[in-house]
Amino acid sequence: MTHQELIPHLFRTEFSKITAVLCKLFGADHIEAAEDIASETFMLAIETWTYNKIPENPTGWLYAVAKNKAKNHLTRQHIFTDKVKPNLTPSEVTTAEIDIDLSDQNIADSQLQMLFAICHPIIPVESQIGLALRILCGFGIDEIANAFLTNKETINKRLFRAREKLRIEKIPIAFPGESEINNRIDAVLTTLYLLFNEGYYSESKEAVVQEELCREAMRLCRLLIGSPQTNTPPVNALMALMCFHASRLKARKGQNGELVLYQNQDETLWNQELITSGAIYLKEASQGARVSKYHFEASIAYWHTIKEDSKEKWENILQLYNQLLQLDYSPIAALNRTYALAKVNGKEAAIIEAEKLKLIDNHFYFMLLGELYKGIDNTKAKAHLERALALAKTSTDQQTIQRSIDLLK
Amino acid sequence: MDEYVLIMRHEDGAKVASAEQMQEWMKQTMDWIGGIAAQNKFVSGTGLPFDNARVVSSKKVVTNGPFGDIKETIGGFITVRAASVEEAVEFAKGCPVLQGEGNTMEVRRIAKNDGVH
Repeated sequence: MTHQELIPHLFRTEFSKITAVLCKLFGADHIEAAEDIASETFMLAIETWTYNKIPENPTGWLYAVAKNKAKNHLTRQHIFTDKVKPNLTPSEVTTAEIDIDLSDQNIADSQLQMLFAICHPIIPVESQIGLALRILCGFGIDEIANAFLTNKETINKRLFRAREKLRIEKIPIAFPGESEINNRIDAVLTTLYLLFNEGYYSESKEAVVQEELCREAMRLCRLLIGSPQTNTPPVNALMALMCFHASRLKARKGQNGELVLYQNQDETLWNQELITSGAIYLKEASQGARVSKYHFEASIAYWHTIKEDSKEKWENILQLYNQLLQLDYSPIAALNRTYALAKVNGKEAAIIEAEKLKLIDNHFYFMLLGELYKGIDNTKAKAHLERALALAKTSTDQQTIQRSIDLLK
Repeated sequence: MDEYVLIMRHEDGAKVASAEQMQEWMKQTMDWIGGIAAQNKFVSGTGLPFDNARVVSSKKVVTNGPFGDIKETIGGFITVRAASVEEAVEFAKGCPVLQGEGNTMEVRRIAKNDGVH
C-alpha cells in the first residue's frame, strides 16, 4: 500500500479510536480538542510519510504521535492536574504520570461509553447521528453533509451545538448505571436504527456513502453485542434486522444507481453470508422475555429473505405487522401491513382496509392504493398513482411511480 | 379524542370450539386488531382465557369458571382511541366474536382523565 492508499484506510479505522479514547480521557468539555488532536496526528502522517518512508508499524506510529500530542495538550490545559489526577488512585499516578491507554480493550470501552454519551436523550436525534458519524465513525464534515444532503455549514453548526450541549449538561462519558441501562440502550438503538436507515434509504447518489453508513451502524451495533453489559435481546434483534436488510444492498441498486424494487431484484445478488448472520442474531435475540419492535421488524425482514411467495410467508408477515403496529405505530408499517393483507386475503379486502388509513399526505399511501386497484379498476389505479406522483419529493420515487403509470397504459 | 373499551361478550362461554376453529378465530381477531392499530387507534387489549377463571360471590364464595347461573361471559377486551362513540361502534362491528350467534360487543367510554369521573 502506498501512503495515498494507506492513510485514508487508517483514517477510517483509527481516527475514531483515537478520538474516543481521548474524549473519554479529557471529558465532555474537550471533545473538539480530542478531534483536533486526532486530525493533527493524521496531518503529520501525511506530511511525514510523503517524504520519508512509511513506518513499519503505521498504527503504532499514529498512536505514539497522538499520545504525545495529548500529553502536551493535557499539560498546556492543566487538565491533567485539575481533572485527571484527582480521579486516579495514587498507584496509577506514580506508575504512569500520564498514561494514554490505546489498548483494544480501552478503545472498545471508550467507544461504547462515547456512544452512550452521544446518544443521550437530551441531544436532538439529528445531532446524535452527526456526532456519531464524526466521532465514532471518523466521517469528514463534507461526507456527513453529503449523507444528509445538506451543506458543511449546517453540519458544523449542528455538531457545534451538540458538543456544547454535552459540555453544558455535563453528560458523563461513562456506562449508564444498572437501573437506567435498558432505557439508555433504547436511545442508542434508535440512533443506530436511524443511522442505518439514513444509509439504506438515502437519496445520496453515491452508493459508497450509503453502504458506509449501513456498515458503520452495524459496526457500532456489534460493539454493543461485544460487551456483556449491552448484549441484550433488542440489540441482537436490531443487528439481525440490519443484516437482513444489508443483504440486499447490492441487488436494490440498478446500473445507473436507480432503485430496483424488491420483486424485481436478482436474488443471486443477495448476500447469503449476511442472511445467515442475521438468522444467528435473531436466534440470539429470542433468548429473553422482552419483545421489542426490532424483534418484529427483524422477523419480517427474515421472511423477505425468502423470495418465493407462499401463503405461509405472507400470513406470517401479516401477523408480525399486526403485532408490530400494536407495539409501535408508524405509517409505513400500516401501509406494509395492508400490502401483506392483500397477499393473504386478496386485493378487494385490502382496499377496504387501505381506504380507512387516510394517509393523504403520504405518496406511499397512494402508491399502495394504485397497486391494489391495478387489475380491478385501472382508471382508479392511475388516478391514485398520479396523486402519488404529485406528492413524491425525490426523483427516485418519481421515477418509480412514473414507471408504474406507464405500465398501466 | 376519547378512549373506548370494546368488550367481547360470549353468549355461552361453556361452548367448546375445536382447536382449528379457535386458531381461525384467533387469526381473525389479530387481523381485526391489526386493522385498528394500522389506523393508529389501538391503545391496549387482551384476551381472557377461560381456564383457571374464578368467580367470587358477595358471600365470598369462590366458584370455578365464570359460568354459574349465567352462561354469558367476557372473552376479552381492547381499548381504542375514537373521535366519537359512533367511530368506536364501527370498530366493534368488525370483531370476529360477532360471528357467533348471540354474542355481543359492548362499547364503553373510558372515564379516566375526562375531568368528570
